Amino acid sequence: MVSLTIDGNVVQAEERTPLIKIAEKLGIRIPTLCYHPALEPYGTCRLCTVEVVKKGRARLVTACNYPAEEGIVVHTKSERVIKARKLIIELLLSRCSKAKVIQELAEEYGVKEPRFGEGDEDCILCGLCVRVCSEIVGANAISFTSRGIDREVSTPFHIASEECIGCGACAYLCPTDAIKLEDIKGTRKIERWDTSRPLQRCSICGNYFAPVAQLEYIKNRLNLPEEIFQNCPNCRRKSYAEQVAALGHI
Amino acid sequence: MSKIKSTEDFEKLQESVNKTRDPERLCITVCSGTGCHAYGCEKVTQAFVEEIRNRDLQDKVDIRTTGCHGFCERGPIVVIHPQEVFYQRVKVEDVADVVSETILKKNIVDRLLYVDPNTGKQIICEKDVPFYKKQRRIIFGNNALIDPTSIDDYIALGGYAALSKVLWEMKPLEVIDVIKKSGLRGRGGGGFPTGRKWEFCRNAEGDRRYVICNADEGDPGAYMDRSLLEGNPHSVLEGMIIGAYAIGSHQGFIYVRNEYPLAVKNVTIAIQQAREYGLLDRDIIGSGFDFEIKITRGGGAFVCGESTALMASLEGKLGEPRAKYVHTVEKGLWDNPTNLNNVETWANVPVIINKGWQWYSDIGTEHSKGTKIFSLVGKINNTGLIEVPMGISLREIIFDIGGGIPEGKKFKAVQTGGPSGGCIPESLLDLLVDFEKLTETGSMMGSGGMIVMDEDTCMVDVAKYFLNFLKEESCGKCVPCREGIRAMLEILTRITEGEGEEGDVELLQELSEVVAETSLCALGGTAPNPVLTTIKYFRDEYEAHIKEKRCPAGVCPALIQYSIDTERCTGCGACVKVCPQEAISGQRKQPHSLDQAKCIKCGACLEVCKFEAVIKR
Repeated sequence: MVSLTIDGNVVQAEERTPLIKIAEKLGIRIPTLCYHPALEPYGTCRLCTVEVVKKGRARLVTACNYPAEEGIVVHTKSERVIKARKLIIELLLSRCSKAKVIQELAEEYGVKEPRFGEGDEDCILCGLCVRVCSEIVGANAISFTSRGIDREVSTPFHIASEECIGCGACAYLCPTDAIKLEDIKGTRKIERWDTSRPLQRCSICGNYFAPVAQLEYIKNRLNLPEEIFQNCPNCRRKSYAEQVAALGHI
Repeated sequence: MSKIKSTEDFEKLQESVNKTRDPERLCITVCSGTGCHAYGCEKVTQAFVEEIRNRDLQDKVDIRTTGCHGFCERGPIVVIHPQEVFYQRVKVEDVADVVSETILKKNIVDRLLYVDPNTGKQIICEKDVPFYKKQRRIIFGNNALIDPTSIDDYIALGGYAALSKVLWEMKPLEVIDVIKKSGLRGRGGGGFPTGRKWEFCRNAEGDRRYVICNADEGDPGAYMDRSLLEGNPHSVLEGMIIGAYAIGSHQGFIYVRNEYPLAVKNVTIAIQQAREYGLLDRDIIGSGFDFEIKITRGGGAFVCGESTALMASLEGKLGEPRAKYVHTVEKGLWDNPTNLNNVETWANVPVIINKGWQWYSDIGTEHSKGTKIFSLVGKINNTGLIEVPMGISLREIIFDIGGGIPEGKKFKAVQTGGPSGGCIPESLLDLLVDFEKLTETGSMMGSGGMIVMDEDTCMVDVAKYFLNFLKEESCGKCVPCREGIRAMLEILTRITEGEGEEGDVELLQELSEVVAETSLCALGGTAPNPVLTTIKYFRDEYEAHIKEKRCPAGVCPALIQYSIDTERCTGCGACVKVCPQEAISGQRKQPHSLDQAKCIKCGACLEVCKFEAVIKR
């Protein structure tokens, strides 16, 4: 355990715990667009920038991946932090002027019109989609491509990827709603990745409930009862309830 | 060749190699660095081989293709030993004369000698050429003497003696102590003390340790690492093996750009030879120490020169940096303790072991020891690679070694440290070059690029050029670097196009500060340097562009105008012929006129006019 100070609060924490987690426990909110507790910190959006004073030297670091160290003093709202954060928001706004989440941040930090261009990109390149696909799902269907300002998230060679199982985890985590997921007439479509996957029909109610490819993917990895892959969650719940009721315990 | 299994074996090898070397024997060396290759050194070498064969001189004369001599401006370079006659810009047609005169009759071929432009005197020996006089070539010097594909050439000059000494006479901690005391600092840009880095890596927790040679040289105009790897690969290998022994590593990697085919080829041959001699892999020199080196070729992304991006690329992942809050000496390649040094740093190691740390630390300044190799390019008479002691002044580098600015033009600035370095003005020419002094100016040592600029250079345009390079080469991972550089470039472009506004300079400064402070890696952290230093030292040029809509150096097309001085124009029509836009018209022998609406400001008319009648404003 180490002892450190965050915004005047002296706290004990496991050594190397990311600062953002310690701040969260203290109820100190640090803005972020690329951090998710279930994923490895990536440090791209830089919004979680805080000031760390160590051995008398103050510098800006990112709270999502800066490890707790003995004796450090952390300021999450110093003038230097706010100034940096505001400019980062302005830069994000100049890239994605129409993204709601950015507009809200700009409002919160008092950032007006960006002084350098007004782009209408929808993706902020936070990488949540890439990381969830790789770290949690394990499909690795999407990745970053190109460099610098041309960087984007895409499937290999920008064509529909066989690896994409259509699970939609990417769409679920996207902070700017840049990834649209639609289930139309028995087919799941994720337009951004050119994904088109047939959906499985529930053997009980007949409703579509998950992409066949996703169910296959899970089946190959986990030893689960067959009905999980045949019946939708609603019907399964109903059938379990009926079974329990039949046992007479309720 | 049987493997060397003891120091006695090694000494025997040294003896047998030295026996074959007669210092009085005639030897023609032809520089075969990449620069000289571009000048056609291969054909020159072939011509020498044929000429020597035709005259039946094979038994009397050796021909050796060597690494880069550094004086690339004057290639192909040929030196005749033992007299050390220095011939420059040698062509195939000159070969017969060199052999018949210098080799056979000991006469000098005057036309191939270097002429000192200041004194008009011809110079016979390489060491007397002003370009070399103030240099101290302790790392780079052997390049000119050895054939990089011959391990015996390297051993004949004392090669691998340091390794033998280290493995048999020194404990790892003693080696680290020597490197620490020598004061050697990383030559890749950061300048971190090498001995301390080795110590951290040795002490870090982990079962496996890795050693990496960073040969992903990417700064525009910089090619010292390439020349070392191409010209003296064994010195780099020897440094790595010594480092690995000190750190306790058994696996090394050389990460080299695929755009450096000759370096890849020569280092591949060197590794093979070292293996055959028992200087690599298992039980090196019979000491029981194992170490192997693999070559990984990089795909040419500038950012992969950054240590964490390099390691990601080596692991087969996307070449982008990660945060270094936990250092790579603790968790580097595949999360194991990893020590990465640059090519030049590794090449310093055997020299320090051989000559001792006291000798080494006598060279240089208080905090920057030894020498540094710079690539001197741009508007300079003597383009090339130079090795100078730390603490030499910029003036000596540019005027004494570099021979000053071509065409009698005025010096304006020197950009040091690559694209993220800064531009240093004339007023600071007496600055003594070391890590601290360069950083104080707002620039940096970087890997040692030096781009000289003359009075015809627009400093706003220069800042724009470097930012454009960085925009292309930023990996794009973090917001401040990706979007910040883009925003700065937009502003700079606006200024050079005559659309600069009051407050733009302050906006650039504001962006610079945040980009430098919040970027994930050193690429973004230093990217604003070209902008900040040009604002600091050449603010008047920014003001002229913004307020007066004028480019003082006459570079930015949108801010210059060509016109014809009717007093001087003789109506010869030369400009009419070269103008691609048909913008110039007039009757023959009558003053012509230029239609501004059609002019694309290419400057062809100015170049062709013999009467100085075309005015650029």
